[in-house]
This record gives sequence, structure tokens and C-alpha cells, in this order.
Amino acid sequence: MTSTLPESSAKTEQGRPEWPEELTRVPYWVFQRQDVYREEQQNLFRGPYWSYLCLEAEVPQPGDYRTTFVGDTPVIVCRDEDGELYGFENRCAHRGALLALDDRGSNAKDFTCVYHAWSYSLQGDLTGVAFKDGIKGQGGMPKYFCLEDHGPRKLRLAVLHGLVFGSFDEDVPDIEEYLGDEILSRIERVLGGRTPVVLGRFTQLLPNNWKLYMENVKDSYHASILHLFFTTFGINRLGQRGGIVVSESGAHHVSYSAIDREAEQDAGYSDQNIRSDSDYSLADPSLLDGFSEVGDDTTLQILSVFPGFVLQQIQNSVAVRQILPRGVESTRLNWTYLGFEEDTPEQRTVRLKQANLVGPAGYISMEDGCVGGFVQRGIAGASDEEAVLEMGGASAASSESRVTEASVRGFWKAYREGMHLRQEKDK
Amino acid sequence: MTVTVDAFRLISRAQGEYARCIDDGRMEDWPGFFEEDCHYRITTAANHSEGLQAGVIWADNRRMLSDRVSALLEANIYEAHTYRHILGQPAILEESDEGARSETGFLVVRVMRDGSSDIFATGRYLDRYRFDGDRARLAERVVVCDSSTIDTLLALPL
Ligand code: FES
Ligand SMILES: [Fe+2]
Repeated sequence: MTSTLPESSAKTEQGRPEWPEELTRVPYWVFQRQDVYREEQQNLFRGPYWSYLCLEAEVPQPGDYRTTFVGDTPVIVCRDEDGELYGFENRCAHRGALLALDDRGSNAKDFTCVYHAWSYSLQGDLTGVAFKDGIKGQGGMPKYFCLEDHGPRKLRLAVLHGLVFGSFDEDVPDIEEYLGDEILSRIERVLGGRTPVVLGRFTQLLPNNWKLYMENVKDSYHASILHLFFTTFGINRLGQRGGIVVSESGAHHVSYSAIDREAEQDAGYSDQNIRSDSDYSLADPSLLDGFSEVGDDTTLQILSVFPGFVLQQIQNSVAVRQILPRGVESTRLNWTYLGFEEDTPEQRTVRLKQANLVGPAGYISMEDGCVGGFVQRGIAGASDEEAVLEMGGASAASSESRVTEASVRGFWKAYREGMHLRQEKDK
Repeated sequence: MTVTVDAFRLISRAQGEYARCIDDGRMEDWPGFFEEDCHYRITTAANHSEGLQAGVIWADNRRMLSDRVSALLEANIYEAHTYRHILGQPAILEESDEGARSETGFLVVRVMRDGSSDIFATGRYLDRYRFDGDRARLAERVVVCDSSTIDTLLALPL
């Protein structure tokens, strides 16, 4: 079946072609339109969804704060004197200037806007207005002006195993319910009971719509095809088992692989479980000498939380990624590489070495930095055409195979619901 | 103790060749500028000032640099591009007959296949050189990029 939309096909009130009914088709205009971008900011990022903000370990002390974003909305996460975390828009309630200009700070007592010095508590409450009563009885704010009526919008926060999430929508479900048990347990698997330590932060500016990066993260089909590093150097493990988990709503996913002890034993590779039959080999194979990350056999776990968060364990490279739309065709990808306080010096070295696998120059991730741009450029004249997502069927269900696009379909299932693109059929 | 080696001359010469090697696309020669037990990493000014250790590229010996080159040539996929390194004069921070510590500012323009040329990175090399006769080799190079942001990806080393 070809999928070209006939000229006369139904248009929505926004003048867009109607979203296809099946999950296996994604119209390209969704990566190209300014109106879609605006609605995403409203319906998804500022809607009833949780956005990753920062690590709890980045704001340990009262007076510590970080500036970050929910979509393109600037926000402040701050620890108040009461020891609690608070999140609020990084926007002065007077005429809108940023309240905090740095990425982070400590020992803050308040936030004072540089423009006209309105000041705010660490919880984001307006506490002072410069020249409120005027000077010598002249000027000043009207008597009826009430500080409590003004302030930046506040976020609801949730801290989960050291990850700080925030939402502008009070009606967002609790984070546990939002994620579901399967996703929760896999976040706990990597972060539970440990204290993360930041090893480094890097930002990649991607020349593409943010959803193309999220599709890529959820796409377990491309891994061994686009990323040739392991194959080229003959470092594919013989015995591997794995699969993907797609959350009920389709919104979140986990892709994992683990050592398959039985298969390795059968093949007689129990001691030497790496096969090298390629023309190239690493001059320093110690790159891959890792340790069991949390005492189990899982060597890879990529986990995404809708709309824009990724927690990654690739061997002993652990990182969080924050995906921030910056325009229809521009995305900021913030990487925070993690170690843990519990690491031995040797383990720490393994993490630094294996960080070569990921990030903007990663052996198995640099391609992900450019492939979204290849799509963005490829579809330039094809707004009315559609992407085909049929690998592994048509559903958005968990599977034991990673050769599937099920979690990508899951993303679109959640997306079109959140964007009300097919509400009448979904409900 | 008098220093008889002209560190400035040795380092300037080594760096001129280093930049030319990368800019000419002779990647396989790049590890030759380093000692076998070298350290090389690319990081950002923000990470560096916070004392954070990770790099976008991180190597603690020359074999890892060779692996980086093999991966770029044989495995990784990226659009063809070249660099143009413009280096400042090295500031010699410490010197002896055996080696020196130096710092050099750089600017790297990335030239893409479609002709677009953009400033890809600016920053400084924090180096430890070892001298061997008339040659200076890098025992350590920490590439500290001024910006925390990398456009699209970093393939060729800086
Ligand atoms: S805009 Fe902040 S005080 Fe005026
Ligand atoms: Fe990938």
C-alpha cells in the first residue's frame, strides 16, 4: 500500500492533513511546522507530562540552584533553607526578564531581577518590589498592588532516584503512575541506592527537529546497522539476549541486552566470550574491559521518558540526556556523564574510557548526531509524504526482539494523543 | 641549572606539523605526535574549571588514539569535512632540557562538503611536551574548548 495523500484528503482546522489512523505512518509535516512546534510546547512540555530538570546531586545544599528548561521555557530549580527543592519559571513577574543568568549558583539568599530589582524567595515567591512606595510620596505602585498576586509560574517537582523531574501542570499523574512499574524498576536498577557523581557535561546542537532524536533513541532497529564500530572491530558478543519494553501508553521505553550465559556456555565461549573474526582489531582492547554495572548480566539499557529524557547504561558508561527543542529544526542535547560515589578508582577509569563510546564523538553514538539532520534535509520537499514504521509489526507492544520499531510507534501513539491529533479515535 | 633546549622553537615546530597533519587529512599520522604513555582528552572550559574529568574523547595511551583513527576511517559514519586549525603562539609555562608545559590558543574552522565554513571550536591546548633530541612529543594534551556546545558531532580530533 502506498501512502501518498490525495490532494483532496481531509484537512484539520489548522489546515494540516489529518493524522493517519495506523501507527505505522508518520507524516513528515510534523517535523517541519512552526504551529506544531508551538503546540508541542503548550500541550506536551507545559502540559501534563514530566520533564527532566537536573540531578538532585547538582543542588545538594540550601541556596544551591540550577537553571534549566522545560521544552523552551527557562526554569530554576532551587533548594530552599527548608531543605526542599522548588521549581519555578526563570521569568520575572514584572516585565519578563530572566531572574537567574548563570547555569548554576550556590548560597543564594533570593533572586533579584537585574532590570528593576523585583526580588523573589528561593521558592519563587515575589517578596519585594523596588520603590514600591515611591520616593518622597511620589510614584510607587498603586495601593491595591499585592505581591502575592504576582510571580513566575511554579512547577510541581518529583525526585526519583536522584533525578529531578518537573511539570507545569498540577494534574500530571504522580511520577510512579506516569512511568509504570516496568520503567520505574529499570530506573531503580541503574540509580537506586547509589549517589551519582557528575563526571562531565557536554551539549550537542542537533540540526533537526527534537522528535527525530527521540525516534532515534527509541529505534533499536538501527543500532547494528548505522553504528559499525562493534562489527568493524569484531567485538559483538556471541551470546546476547535482549528485548524492548514499551510502556502501556507507548510513551516510555527500555531497550536492553544482556549476556546470555547459556548460549555462551553452549558455544564453548565461556572464558573467551568475545569473538574476533574481522579485519580490524582494537590496539587497546581494554576499552571494553568493564565490570558488571549493578551485579547483573545487563550490559546495555537505554531508557526513555516521554517527552524528552534518556537514561543510558552502555556497558559502564552511564549518562542522562536531556532533549530540548530549540526551534523546528534545532535541538539541544545535554549529556551528563555519571559515575557513583561508590566507584573504585579502577571503576572510575573504566567509565572515563568507555565514555568514548557515547556523546558527541562517541564510537557508537556520533552517527546519531548527524542522522536526524539527514532526515530533516531529506524530507525538505516531502511534507505530504509519510515515514514507514512497519518493522516488527504495527503495534506498540514490548517484544523480545530488538529488530522492531515498536517503541518508535509507541512514541507516536503517546504523541498524537498528547497533541490531540486523533482524539476522537483514541478515546 | 641552565636550560639549553629552545622549548619555544621545538613546540612551535611540533604544533605546526600537528595542525597541518589533521588539516591535510593525514589522520593515520596523528598518533605519532604523542608519546606511547600519553594522555589526550577533549573537554570544555566549564568541565575543566569544575575539575570534571570526562572528555568527549579520552585516551590514556597512544594505542587508544590509533583506535580512534581506525574507527574514524573504517567504522564511523559522518559527512566528509575538513578542519583549518589556526594556532596562537605557545606560551611556555615551565621548561627544562627534558620537556616543557605550554598553553596554546586555537581556532578551528570546519569546512563541510557543501562549502559551508563555520567556526567549529575555539579554545586552548594545555600541553606537556617531552623532548627527544630535536623533536617534541606530547605526553599530555588537554583540549579545552571555550564553548560547552558541539555542533552536530565531533569526528576529527582537535
Ligand atoms: S523585569 Fe524584572 S524587575 Fe522589571
Ligand atoms: Fe544510535
